[in-house]
Amino acid sequence: MPSTTPTFRSRVHGGLLDPKMLLTSLPDAARKLDPRVMVRNPVMFVVEVGAVLSTALAIQDPSLFGWSVVVWLWLTVVFANLAEAVAEGRGKAQAATLRRAKTENVARRLRQDGTEESIAGAQLMLGDRVVVDAGEVIPGDGDVVEGVASVDESAITGESAPVIRESGGDRSSVTGGTKVLSDRIVVQITAKPGESFIDRMISLVEGASRQKTPNEIALNILLASLTIVFLMATVTLQPFAIYSGAQQSLIVLVALLVCLIPTTIGALLSAIGIAGMDRLVQHNVLAMSGRAVEAAGDVNTLLLDKTGTITLGNRQAAEFLAVDGVDPEALADAAQLSSLADVTPEGRSIVVLAKTAHGLRERAPGELKTAHFVAFTAQIRMSGVDLDGGRQIRKGAAAAVMTWVRDNGGHPTDEVGAIVDGISTAGGTPLVVAECVNGTAARALGVVHLKDVVKDGMRERFDEMRRMGIRTVMITGDNPLTARDIAEEAGLDDFLAEATPEDKMALIKSEQEGGRLVAMTGDGTNDAPALAQADVGVAMNTGTSAAKEAGNMVDLDSNPTKLIEIVEIGKQLLITRGALTTFSIANDVAKYFAIIPALFAAVYPGLDKLNIMGLSSPDSAILSAVIFNALIIVALVPLSLKGVQYRPVSADKLLRRNLGIYGLGGLIAPFVGIKIIDLLVSLIPGIA
Amino acid sequence: MSDTTAGLLQVGLLIAALAACYRPLGAYMARVYESEHDTRAERVLYRVMGVDSKADQRWPSYARALLAFSAVSVLSLYAFQRLQAHLPMNLGFPGVAPDQAFNTATSFVSNTNWQSYSGESTMGHLVQMSGLAVQNFVSAAVGMAVAVALIRGFVRSRTDRLGNFWVDLVRSSLRILLPISVVGAITLVALGAVQNFSSGTKVSTLAGESQTITGGPVASQEAIKELGTNGGGFYNANSAHPFENPNPFSNLLEIFLLLLIPVCLTYTFGRMVKDKRQGYALLAAMTVLWGAILAGISILEANHPGTALNLAGASMEGKETRFGVAASSLFATSTTGTSTGAVNSFHDSFTALGGGLTIFNMGLGEVAPGGVGSGLYGMLVLAIVTVFVAGLMVGRTPEYLRKKITPREIKLVSLNILIMPVLALAGTGLAMGLPKPKESILNPGPHGLSEVLYAFMSAGNNNGSAFAGLSVNTGFYNTALGLIMLAVRFVPIVLVLALAGSLARQQPVPATAGTLPTHRTLFVGMLVGVIIVVAGLTFFPALALGPLAEGL
Repeated sequence: MPSTTPTFRSRVHGGLLDPKMLLTSLPDAARKLDPRVMVRNPVMFVVEVGAVLSTALAIQDPSLFGWSVVVWLWLTVVFANLAEAVAEGRGKAQAATLRRAKTENVARRLRQDGTEESIAGAQLMLGDRVVVDAGEVIPGDGDVVEGVASVDESAITGESAPVIRESGGDRSSVTGGTKVLSDRIVVQITAKPGESFIDRMISLVEGASRQKTPNEIALNILLASLTIVFLMATVTLQPFAIYSGAQQSLIVLVALLVCLIPTTIGALLSAIGIAGMDRLVQHNVLAMSGRAVEAAGDVNTLLLDKTGTITLGNRQAAEFLAVDGVDPEALADAAQLSSLADVTPEGRSIVVLAKTAHGLRERAPGELKTAHFVAFTAQIRMSGVDLDGGRQIRKGAAAAVMTWVRDNGGHPTDEVGAIVDGISTAGGTPLVVAECVNGTAARALGVVHLKDVVKDGMRERFDEMRRMGIRTVMITGDNPLTARDIAEEAGLDDFLAEATPEDKMALIKSEQEGGRLVAMTGDGTNDAPALAQADVGVAMNTGTSAAKEAGNMVDLDSNPTKLIEIVEIGKQLLITRGALTTFSIANDVAKYFAIIPALFAAVYPGLDKLNIMGLSSPDSAILSAVIFNALIIVALVPLSLKGVQYRPVSADKLLRRNLGIYGLGGLIAPFVGIKIIDLLVSLIPGIA
Repeated sequence: MSDTTAGLLQVGLLIAALAACYRPLGAYMARVYESEHDTRAERVLYRVMGVDSKADQRWPSYARALLAFSAVSVLSLYAFQRLQAHLPMNLGFPGVAPDQAFNTATSFVSNTNWQSYSGESTMGHLVQMSGLAVQNFVSAAVGMAVAVALIRGFVRSRTDRLGNFWVDLVRSSLRILLPISVVGAITLVALGAVQNFSSGTKVSTLAGESQTITGGPVASQEAIKELGTNGGGFYNANSAHPFENPNPFSNLLEIFLLLLIPVCLTYTFGRMVKDKRQGYALLAAMTVLWGAILAGISILEANHPGTALNLAGASMEGKETRFGVAASSLFATSTTGTSTGAVNSFHDSFTALGGGLTIFNMGLGEVAPGGVGSGLYGMLVLAIVTVFVAGLMVGRTPEYLRKKITPREIKLVSLNILIMPVLALAGTGLAMGLPKPKESILNPGPHGLSEVLYAFMSAGNNNGSAFAGLSVNTGFYNTALGLIMLAVRFVPIVLVLALAGSLARQQPVPATAGTLPTHRTLFVGMLVGVIIVVAGLTFFPALALGPLAEGL
């Protein structure tokens, strides 16, 4: 599978059309001529019936013109099928890659008594526990219940860097077909055979389980009714023509009908839908239904987890605030010492700041041989170091460190409290640093100011969202002060602080009560109810199976920011449909100007004034319109696969732009196109 | 004063008068439909009818009540005509033939008022007044009721109740149509229209022959004929007859009356949906279409291609000298744009292209500004189609007035826009394809096609005006047109009520920056474009072989 990890600022884009695909998909396109398949697409079905009818007529009464029309009518149908086949073909290629990952494998199932037995991967049942060692392929979807391992998930995500999977927590789920690179894990199977993640992925990208989305159904209805109107206009034309003394051949009437009914959009409609899903897959997102993709375009409220989405996911030291009488450098030094063994990003950032702000060189681990590092635990809520010579340094949450100071005979000054409050108010996290030398009274040295760092470009992104009419809400476990500060810095509309899963759920429900559609991302098991409740729930691939089961999309890259791209893909899907519908209908105007004078200028010479394109002969005019009608389908296949470009601007501007390009363009393009084709067609002897 | 100056002055006066009434009448109508209070007369009426005026109906029962009422209307009007010989004040006329009685009954109940008879020589006073004139009121009220039910569909949420048909019917008739038509009738009398119970005055003509001139309750019927966009004239000559429409002032008053309610209902709509801009937007679309057709017809009529007619000033054939070309064009535009069908000149005699424009105007679906009630709901249906395509183009599930346009709404709307073109074209096709109906055509060539097309467009849009030049009192035309009038009136009504029911059930979607604004110029422009393109594409072939073939 191609790995197209989009650069952050890039707009949503789809794959380009490989011209070779047009040829290789031809057999598939021909297979789709089966009327039982065609009938699902009413517009193109009418074209096929027309093509059959005119073939019969051409056999009965052969002429060059008649056969030319027949050929192009069949080509119109084939081109429509080709569009769909090409769209499906791209999915099939991806499915083939996935199938390779699904090769037969043998599972080592654990019996009740702890012994192992070998069975085929396909025979694994729900709840079975299997052992996977380094170098082995995980036989089925499940949760790690024992052990930690690094797993190569490139078969699914296309990402070659291994990921860590461990029991418990939110990174426990593994996917069948991925490979364990190191260590040994025990996996509890959570998917029935044939319903695994890869199975679902294959059927999704192949389009086998594609169901029409609500908007697609609605558009189909509208197109079908337009087809009926044009059918009526064409059928009733014959009595009028006979009355006028210009009876028309049935082939000509079929040609007129095919030109009038919205074949362009009718031909491309399903390709657009398949390509939309495909575009998601290229962004490494799997949507469980087209409905979810469409809903993504409609989203009114975006719930974004702060960590990892809005901020870099870890707080970083921003400054050292020493209390009176303490040299800031001494504080920095103490903070650095206490953080040397701290591998968390916060700890590393303290070391980095000590170096950049005070020029303190990082001590090599060997330098402090006898030092004893105190690791952070949730109970003591601080970490530190005990050096030679009885010097103890502690850093941690204000309350914990202050208690430690008091316990060691110190009297914390109010000053520390003031600094701590100041940092908290500003939305930062204070870490108090204190020391106790050789049994003397402990004292607080100062405070390290940890700040959440907002990702670059987030503000611009959220401004775009606002212009699109989407409200962004940040979800965070932080206190309201911190939350507000970050929300303001990142330019979000609202925030939910100290959020519990219940709060999240309540927020989603209240938004939905007001008629809004909500999108969110989540990975933990406790996110599952909210993911299920949200209209668009994107589960991270790193998350638990419960979360993946609850959401209606899975992001294989586990990148929460991708929600924004998903929204754009959803919108793009609808825009492409709307734009091509407009284009298709606007095209008809020119076709009338080509065909009506061709049919009737002989009896009513005045009607030749409508031949504003100056087409060379009636036959050539009709044939040119039919050829244009067929070729425009092929010409628009790349657009329907790629999608109409979406820009995050207001609805009014977007409409103005698309109406200009596809409405006005659709009005003018066929005048030019038909004229050019006519110039070529008129060179054919016997038509001109 | 030149004809053009007079015409511009009349258009100016007309627009000023409509503008003056727009808000007061629009707001008054909104209050009528929103009011909880019944007047004493209404309470008596409800008791007699056995109606609980406080009972809110679901859309199916609303539709059932409407259909039952209309069915009874058709039957009683049919009986009235058939039994005319035995009724008082029949002026000696016999009962009406079955096919013509059916045609007339369906025509008046469907607010079409297509007349295959000449009033003064077929219908006595009783049938005219208690049969036809009553239908002029209630068929218009039915249209208004449907429009109001659809508005409620947008306004209400999470309910299946659309209001009470009987209440909407009674209030439309008693509180809106009746008072305005009384004032209108009195004004018409003041302007010289006839109002009496005369059974005919014998006069000697200049040629020395004797002629009976029928009088009657003309002014009262004339007022509601225009106000309710009915159009069925007391006399065959309709509003060209001096007793119906004596002078340019009465002419202007009649145009004013036929535009009044359709125009003002857009304000009622804006007020009821609590966003007046939405009403203004619909009015703007209606005005653009009306203005464009008016300009087209006026220019075409003023520049007749015939040399003799040009020398004579313009194409005065078929037009009354007391109105002139401009006022006739204004009347023609307004009557074909409102499904009224009254005429003060004969569209058959218009220039080929001018006459073609009157056909095209009906082909737009009677939405500029359309019939009472039906114009508004017709326009709303087209607005939904436009919103659907436009909404897709901005990348959201389309929504209009905060309600989503789902497959269900599109299904109802698509069927709705399908019926008129299919039936109008099928009817015309049948008439042109069968040998017998073609014999009714009085003019050969493309003009003959225009005449038949006009008849079916008129019936297919519940307009009721006739092109003339076609003998329509035949079994085929009476039956075919009668069936079409019924179908194009009541099938869309049921669909619109279902649409209202479906919208009312929805929960409103909040408006955001991503919501397509439906009150701006861009949307109005697109709405106008959709209406013109869809109608143009549907009727272009037929128009090409009729008016275009003749005029180009």
